[in-house]
Amino acid sequence: MLYKLKVNGKAQEVEAEPGTPLLWVIRDELDLTGTKFGCGVAACGACTVHFQGAPIRSCSFPIDAVGDNEITTIEGLEDKTAKVVQAAWNEKDVVQCGYCQSGQIMSAVGLLKQNPSPSDAEIEAAMQGNVCRCATYVRIKDAIKTAAKNLEA
Amino acid sequence: MSQTISRRGFLKSAAAGSAVMMVGLNAGGLLAVGSGDVVVNPFVSINQEGEITVVIKHFEMGQGTTTGLTTLVAEELDADWQKMKIDFAPADGIRYKNLFFGAQLTGGSTAIANSYMQYREAGAMARDLLVRSASAAWGVSPNQIQIRNGVISAGNKTAHFGEFVKEAMALKPIDKPITKTPDQFNLIGKLKLPRKDSQAKTTGQAMFSMDVKLPGMLYVAIHRSPKFGGKVSSLNLDDAKKIGGFVDAKPLANKAGVAVYAKNTWEAFKARDALKVSWDFSGAETRGTEEMRAEYTRLVDEPAMFNGLPTTKEAANIAMQDAEHLVEADFQFPFLSHAPMEPLNCVIEKTPNGVRFHDGCQGPSLVQGVVAYVLGLEQAQVEVKTYYAGGSFGRRANVNADYHVEAALAFQAYGGQTPVKLVWSREDDIRGGYYRPMSLHRAKIGLDAKGQLLGWDHHVAAQPIMKGTPFEAMVVHNGIDHTSVEGLSDTLYQVPNMSMGVSDFKSVIPVLWWRSVGHSHTAFVMESLMDMAAAKAKRDPVALRLSLLDQADAKGQRMANTIKAARDMANWKEGDKRGFASHFSFNTYVAVVADVSVKAKQVHVDKLYIAVDCGVAINPDVIKAQMEGGAGYALGAIARNEVTLDKGEVIEANFPQYQPTRLGDMPEIEVEIVRSNEAPTGVGEPAVPPTGPAIANAIYAVTGVRITDLPMTKAGFTFS
Repeated sequence: MLYKLKVNGKAQEVEAEPGTPLLWVIRDELDLTGTKFGCGVAACGACTVHFQGAPIRSCSFPIDAVGDNEITTIEGLEDKTAKVVQAAWNEKDVVQCGYCQSGQIMSAVGLLKQNPSPSDAEIEAAMQGNVCRCATYVRIKDAIKTAAKNLEA
Repeated sequence: MSQTISRRGFLKSAAAGSAVMMVGLNAGGLLAVGSGDVVVNPFVSINQEGEITVVIKHFEMGQGTTTGLTTLVAEELDADWQKMKIDFAPADGIRYKNLFFGAQLTGGSTAIANSYMQYREAGAMARDLLVRSASAAWGVSPNQIQIRNGVISAGNKTAHFGEFVKEAMALKPIDKPITKTPDQFNLIGKLKLPRKDSQAKTTGQAMFSMDVKLPGMLYVAIHRSPKFGGKVSSLNLDDAKKIGGFVDAKPLANKAGVAVYAKNTWEAFKARDALKVSWDFSGAETRGTEEMRAEYTRLVDEPAMFNGLPTTKEAANIAMQDAEHLVEADFQFPFLSHAPMEPLNCVIEKTPNGVRFHDGCQGPSLVQGVVAYVLGLEQAQVEVKTYYAGGSFGRRANVNADYHVEAALAFQAYGGQTPVKLVWSREDDIRGGYYRPMSLHRAKIGLDAKGQLLGWDHHVAAQPIMKGTPFEAMVVHNGIDHTSVEGLSDTLYQVPNMSMGVSDFKSVIPVLWWRSVGHSHTAFVMESLMDMAAAKAKRDPVALRLSLLDQADAKGQRMANTIKAARDMANWKEGDKRGFASHFSFNTYVAVVADVSVKAKQVHVDKLYIAVDCGVAINPDVIKAQMEGGAGYALGAIARNEVTLDKGEVIEANFPQYQPTRLGDMPEIEVEIVRSNEAPTGVGEPAVPPTGPAIANAIYAVTGVRITDLPMTKAGFTFS
């Protein structure tokens, strides 16, 4: 079936089986491979993208439910919040294997857009669904706080 | 992928006649300088634009090799860090072998340790040639030439490296390059050198093999036996054919599974799940975890199959006859899955000469050897292109090259022409074996009235990892697989009258090294026993450990200093309700103090103080990151992870049943790196072994509950 999508500000037409998770359309059809497959059951957050600016787990989000809503992937991040978050990630050298980090950053950007100065508990709540097997969590938390501070300035 | 483009760029510019200086091993295996004809696979290339590319012979799974090996070269060259580029080495088991293993393989926390002088010498050789070229061109003596931050200068003359590449290549390199002394280091030991892989990994641009797509490629998922060791007896494609993107399904030649081919990953998974396969379970594992635990108990109830130390069990027990304090316990450990973030996958394609793998490849030599055998090729016909790997923790270094063999068989079964991408789901991963083995330790130690050790009697039952593999001759001695007892048989504690028996558990369930391998259980047992002994003898657990180390011995002294560093950093006082553990592994010394809070059996690890001595600290921030990450990896595993079976079938399927450490679980972590000028040693694994027992000892200090059966949830604790 043919689906019309709006991804990273661009209109896209893709052929996919009904029920296909958005993740696989993004990765296998649109070749936007920055969004990762980690578990397929919305339990790790590696596949996090923005749906109308809010984080969703694309591995468990059927293509049929996207409609003409705006989808943003890591490749499409370009506003100030995103740039500040990515800069904080670099400053703190958060990454290790890096495979989960697109999802971590998508969640962090989503959090800071909705809540520019989150408390520790709010950071935990927003990031609890994003697994990092390298356990870079100390730095993820640190980078989010740094980004929040830099956004304030 | 920037480093790929840069490499291609080099080859292109080389072809166009522009000079590229390559430093690497020549045909005779000696460090040499030349064009691509002389040095086929270099360690370092410098082109006329002054771009320096370090070829990374060890894959990057997050442990920091791209940053570490690049630091070694940049240090000797006095290069500009920002301008250093990286590229992953192709498969070449001669030039890119791990000097400790003799094969191209990353593991055992050896990437920096084995490359330390090799990559520095490559950088030093290039530097010497550049200095001599500049000296000749400018008519000044070599000692008037300075290189700082990538700029060659003498008086008012300055140049970048590329300007002398042509001249440098015409000179004869010195036989033995002179490397810097530690006081000359500018980059090594620098507190903060930005990671080379950070930019690509924060923008989604870093390429993993999962991201590879070749024209005409088919996606493959494997339908595997629900019980380990089952063989395909028949299959029914009817339901799979109803899946839109389904292409075909073929049993693998080894009957271990059925390859399902589809037009994309999702359809491959769906068709695989729809496929109906009947299995021959005659050679399969059919036991459940409880039966296996009973078998483990039987093994330690009986005399050990092998004895690993000169003292007999009888002698150890005689030594403990008059002990004032006896500590006896059984410790049980579950199967653990590595669960790297990137599910296993690789792409295989035909080349004019054989096949090429696209893979986050941990052991190119292993892959070449095994796949060549399976496909009837010569090793040199198996190419490997290495990408970033989304974690490994040991899983990708497999002497059976299991997922590469699956991909090769699936490629072959489809005719050997069409590129094939094999993708594992998370369920495939958690249920796919190659686990950290289950084990059972039965230990008894005796102390006299003063709290001095009199004897130690230890029996380990474990499934050996390396028996029956090509590494057997290296790792198995007198029947004992060293990976079952490492850390125990070679403890730095001065233990009088120690006996150690080993019994092998047998199963067709494949087992493998899991971050820190045998230390992942031996350290837990020993450091728990230390804590139990200290409690019984009413001694400070830190003081007891220090008293058991031979501080006249270099290793004993380094361990003692590391213990003192952790003690002082945490401001440890006798009687504190906190946990302590220390361990020596991969030639690195680590000591941990753990603070936990427990409310109604709900545990939170509040803080870990970690001291580490890993020799020269090349990238202190990478070391710190490995301490943080190692501790975090250990935490989830000891707290709540286990792979269990019912009638031979794995119960856990995905992260909801195998809950990894999450952000809210994470303690604050403070790391102190003990200053050292000794040769650098590993940091990827050594934080794992002492973290678990430090937390267990802290839980004991706070609650009085001694945890001997892992994961800790078995004792009724929950974690948040």
